[in-house]
Amino acid sequence: MRATVILFLLWIAVWILPGSAAAPDSCVTCHAAVDDAAKGPAALIKNDIHIAHGLSCADCHGGDPTSDDPDVAMNKKKGFKGKPARTAIPKFCATCHSSPDYMRKYAPRERVDQFELYQTSVHGKRLAAGDTAVATCIDCHSVHDIRAVKDTAAPVYPLRVSETCAHCHSDAQKMAPYKIPTNQFAEYKTSVHWEGLTKRGDLSAPTCASCHGNHGAKPPEVESVSAVCGTCHVLFEQLYEKSVHNAVFSGAGGGGGCVVCHSNHAVHDPSTAMLAGPKSVCTGCHEAGSAPAGTATQMAGWLDGLDAALKKSETVLASAEKSGMEVSEAQVHLIDGRENMVKARLALHSMKPLEVEKPVEAGMAIARSTQKAGEFALHEKDTRRMGLAVSVLLIGIVILAIRLLLQRMESTT
Amino acid sequence: MSAAEIKTKTFEWFDERLGLRIARDMLDHKVVPLHPGTAWYYFGGITLFLFGVQMFTGLLLLLYYRPTVAEAFDSVRFIVTRVEFGWLIRSIHSWSANLLILFAFVHMFSVMFTHAYHRPRELTWLSGIALLGLMLCFGFSGYLLPWNQISYFATKVGTDVAGTTPFVGPMLARLLRGGEDVGAATLTRFFAFHVMILPLFTCGLIGMHLLLVQKTGMSTPKHLPAHDLSHMKFFPNFFLRELMVWYGVLALLGSLAAIFPWELGEKADPFASAPAGIRPEWYFLAQFYTLKLIPSHVWIFEGELLGLAGFGALALVWVALPFWSTHKPDGSGNARLATGVGVFLVCYLVVFTLLGYFK
Repeated sequence: MRATVILFLLWIAVWILPGSAAAPDSCVTCHAAVDDAAKGPAALIKNDIHIAHGLSCADCHGGDPTSDDPDVAMNKKKGFKGKPARTAIPKFCATCHSSPDYMRKYAPRERVDQFELYQTSVHGKRLAAGDTAVATCIDCHSVHDIRAVKDTAAPVYPLRVSETCAHCHSDAQKMAPYKIPTNQFAEYKTSVHWEGLTKRGDLSAPTCASCHGNHGAKPPEVESVSAVCGTCHVLFEQLYEKSVHNAVFSGAGGGGGCVVCHSNHAVHDPSTAMLAGPKSVCTGCHEAGSAPAGTATQMAGWLDGLDAALKKSETVLASAEKSGMEVSEAQVHLIDGRENMVKARLALHSMKPLEVEKPVEAGMAIARSTQKAGEFALHEKDTRRMGLAVSVLLIGIVILAIRLLLQRMESTT
Repeated sequence: MSAAEIKTKTFEWFDERLGLRIARDMLDHKVVPLHPGTAWYYFGGITLFLFGVQMFTGLLLLLYYRPTVAEAFDSVRFIVTRVEFGWLIRSIHSWSANLLILFAFVHMFSVMFTHAYHRPRELTWLSGIALLGLMLCFGFSGYLLPWNQISYFATKVGTDVAGTTPFVGPMLARLLRGGEDVGAATLTRFFAFHVMILPLFTCGLIGMHLLLVQKTGMSTPKHLPAHDLSHMKFFPNFFLRELMVWYGVLALLGSLAAIFPWELGEKADPFASAPAGIRPEWYFLAQFYTLKLIPSHVWIFEGELLGLAGFGALALVWVALPFWSTHKPDGSGNARLATGVGVFLVCYLVVFTLLGYFK
């Protein structure tokens, strides 16, 4: 009897004490039970980062999730905010995401300036002007199944960012009112950046947000293009800024810095074909046969010459290595030759032929010495084979001599 | 004084001091039995010849090799690229090491299948098995010395396996490595094993092995009556034939070294990930592949431990062969069982080595 009373009191205590039992979330329970569009959120939240961090529907939408009565649960007196208008979404998210104190509890390293940046973006400015067709937080991050950026299934994961942007920016109908092109994604997919990102799996390769910004997204101004490219291509930017092209390309009406030669979204693997020949980008400004066009052709010739010399060395060394010759020292030296090639291509951005010539000369010297090493190894291989043939022949003669000696000895005994 | 008189006087001078006459008399009287299996007698000599090649080329390599982590790889590269005929010496040393182990195995199985280990040759068998063990230790210790990527990780795997030996494993692994992991101490230690400790034991044991062969004479097949067999004088008849074989092996060695120079690989980088398909030298492949096939746990035992126990048991049976395999003049005994074990072992080693190599 005493035990029964104690158990009953314990049960009462568990029932009464707050938080002692998991309270059911009526938002999820009811939304899961309905059959219309309102069912969506309940089905999606299982993947949501907020839910994973222990937040509930009510933390964003307000209301009383402990009540099963919809009138109570979704009562404005209980703080229920409901579904925010599109124009209110950024501010809605910013309630928490712009609060350093609040964010510190969940993601201390997370930035809290997204809303401020968004307001400076083309999207933010248009939204403020009443254009509800522009992207808000949920258009990029999704809604109710919002995942962390590092989640591979998140629409803002580096590998998926360009597709997320293209969702609107490749839609001709959506972009028609803004009179902006819709071929960016198609062009980007032909670029070295896309190749680096998707084929080599290099997550640091640039996507849309790397150049345009994410929350503060807007096209870079003409003057700042080289700075945008220079974020990654630092040395190229430094040389370009000292070049004669900087003043011409980056000034007003100049056409956009790096973009003039390399394009913007369709940045292809650069080659000497950009300098000389029918696909030369120089001839867009300089007439064929002019002095600058001639200089470009000359520099292309140097680079092609170095590339061919290095490739020839590689072939000779590979052939020697295949024959079992030890050429690792020359192969390591050849890497220095390739580095000079990179330096020469880099120096090209200064548009000073002398600066290009120096690494080309150094690279050529390495190519010559490594080729010589490879040829020597191949010659050495032939010498060894010859030496082997002579040695085997001599050994054969000695064996034969012993055999004859034995025959003579054994025939006499 | 005529040339013949000078020769006689010189011989007598040395004989008085060294007792050369005893050696000459011994060579004069030593004979080799002639029968269909006489060719197997050459394999012991080939193994000895290859050991001589190893000593000679090893001494030459020692002139340039530097046994430190910082210098080992570069010193071997220096040998093969800068030293005159260094590539040949290094390549012959590596190929000869492999042929030596191959011919030692052939010699061992030829002794086994001709039942040449029976009384009174038990000690000859045991010293031969010990020599084979020493040759394998030579191979294992020498493999690390160039300090390249493959040898570094193969030694890591090899010492890891040694570390799983029951009771003494951790101590054995520490003893081999000179620390917790393969590093500078391991290289110094393996070098000391390879050029000093192992040669010392091997030379002593080879001396004992040869002395025992001399003491008990050459074994003849049991089914052929010894008194019916004709004989050949060891010196010079058999010796010259053996010399021909040695020259043949030298030609083979030179051809392998020149056509397939032993590659140097890349310098060992302990922080790099192990190269794909890492595996030990071919003479450890059968055991390596067997351990790979055994599941991690078999009943309540650790798979690797069970594999090692199996190898230990098989080695014990093999070493004790002269003590359990009997052969009587009337043809009774369990020599057939011993032959069966030998056939099984050969098949196992060949098949598993091939599987380990190609899979």
